[in-house]
Order: sequence, then C-alpha cells, then structure tokens
Amino acid sequence: MEFDDKLPIYTQIMNYLKKKMVSGDISGGDKLPSVRELSTELKVNPNTVQRSYQELERESLVYTQRGMGTFVTEDKKNIVELKKLMAVEIINGFIEEMRSLGFDDGEIIEIVSDKINKEA
Amino acid sequence: MGSLVEIKGLSKSYLNKKALKNLNLNIEDGRVVGILGPNGSGKTTLIKILTGLLRQSSGEVRVDGKKVGVETKAIVSYLPDRNFLYKWMTIDDAFKFYSDFYSDFDEKRGEELLKFMKLERNMKINSLSKGMTEKLNLTLVLARKAKLYILDEPIAGVDPVARDKILDAIISNYNQDSSMIITTHLVRDMENVFDDVVFLREGEVILQGNAESLREEKHMSIDELYKEVFEE
Repeated sequence: MEFDDKLPIYTQIMNYLKKKMVSGDISGGDKLPSVRELSTELKVNPNTVQRSYQELERESLVYTQRGMGTFVTEDKKNIVELKKLMAVEIINGFIEEMRSLGFDDGEIIEIVSDKINKEA
Repeated sequence: MGSLVEIKGLSKSYLNKKALKNLNLNIEDGRVVGILGPNGSGKTTLIKILTGLLRQSSGEVRVDGKKVGVETKAIVSYLPDRNFLYKWMTIDDAFKFYSDFYSDFDEKRGEELLKFMKLERNMKINSLSKGMTEKLNLTLVLARKAKLYILDEPIAGVDPVARDKILDAIISNYNQDSSMIITTHLVRDMENVFDDVVFLREGEVILQGNAESLREEKHMSIDELYKEVFEE
C-alpha cells in the first residue's frame, strides 16, 4: 500500500482494511494479521497499527478476542452499512468535482448513464 | 512514576558556541521518538549527553529516574553514527566482545537478527560493505535488552534494500517496555516509524508533538512539514 501525505497513517490503514472488507477480500470471521505482522509489512510503528485496530473496533467492524487476535465482524449488516457509506463518499466527491467543472445535475446523470450503457 | 527520559533546561556550550539552549523534553515508555534537524542542529550533542559521552553545561537529564552515569549506561543501548567495532575482529569476535561487556546482551536474539541480516559469524569486519557494517552494528545494539535504544542516523548512507532491512529490524524489535530515540535527516524514509517527533534548530526545540496529530492538524506528512520548517 502507498501512503498519501495528507492523511494520518492510522486512517489510511483503516481505509485499506475497510476496502478489503467491502470487496470481500477478507470476510466475516477472518483473522486480521497481528499488529506486529502488519506493522512489519507496512513498515509503520506498531502503535499506529494498534490505533487503526482500536478505531475499527469502535466502529464495530472488527472485534478482539483476548490472546487470539483481531477478527472481522460477522455481522453482515455492519459491512453493508460500510459499503453504502463508502459509496456515498465517492459519489459526493464525484458530484462536487463535476459541478465545479460546470456541469448541471441533468448533464451529470446523462454522462454517467451514457458511460454505463456503453460498458454494458 | 516519571518519564523514562526527563530533560529539563538543558544547555550545552562549546567555548563560545551554544550547541543546546534550554531544552525540555520528556519521553515515556514504549515510544519511538524521532529527533529531526539539519546538520549542526544539536542532535548528536543531545545524544552524547544522554549517553554520558558529554557533560551538559547546565540543566538536568534523567534516564529512568537516575542522573546519567554508570547505572543509566547499563540500560541504554547506543548506536553511534559510525562503525564502533575494531577492524581486525570477525563478527564472532564482535559478539563475544558485546556479551562480555553488556550483561543484558541476548545471544539468541543476536543470532536471530544476524540471520535476518544475512550475516555470518566468520565474516571479517574489514571485509564488510558499509551497509553490512551498519547492519552488524544495529544487530549488536538491538540484541541488548535495554530500556532505551538510541540510534544515531541508523540508515544514513546505506542502499535502499539494506535500509528496508534496517527498518524491519527496528520495527520488529519494538516493544512496550522500552523506548527508542532515533535521529535522522532522512525523514521520508523513517517518519512512519515515529510516535513522536522533535524538530531541532540551532540547539532549540522549534516543534514537537505526536506524529499522527501533526499530520492531521497540518494536512501534510512529517517530511513535508520538515521541509517547510527548515526551508529558508
């Protein structure tokens, strides 16, 4: 994974793991790498990885079992919610950029549906 | 219970030049702290005072609650910014030298690190490349079970592959019960390893804080922040 300069590292690690959860790359009940493994792999401070795991736990996306490790939530509802939330963020960013280019809402819808129809 | 490292009002002058001016710094257990600054900013002077190689002109420095001296040297493992081993030694000799000298030297950990660094006990120090020498020095320093590790420019002048190995060794050696102080001017390569950073300029702390909070607050990496702060 490549780090972006503008964001704290722990947020970027969270996003990296969230993407994996949403895309099904890792699924409910899967064990995440240990803090030590992931920090060595990404070459970041273990405390940073620890913080990412804590925040993910706070968002009910993972849970920790003492002495066993950290696991992805088995509650599918939470992952579906996350997926929707991530979609909203992408769409908001897209719409904002299109508007700043001067497209009105009708044009935006037209461009998107044209593109999707072409690909279909 | 105080901090692992407590520095209060520390100043150091060489004749008429002030190398450190009224420096205050606390370092807690389990932290990795980056001391960042250009050449001549006082990084090495600060480290030499912490390791007892230099005496301060004024101010107080405590490591694990004790004034710098024999007791603190026993719990501080120091990587100088140049090779500290005799050229005639083999790696095996260096191991024996270290385990004779330091009672906290962990032979098993040293052996694992040596293997990780792809070094062999029968190699001669004078036949090692710069990167290999740095890896060996770091192996010995990290193989001690110290409370405080002080690494002075651990990745300066080594190739990117050796650099990655050294970073890996530093990260996997990290544990909650000890702290690390690392000086570097190669901020981009090392910034993700730090919990906290301290920016030094002309012997003064001009900025210090938690690395993640600084990224969040300034919307830039520590490397970019470093360039902004030190650019004329």
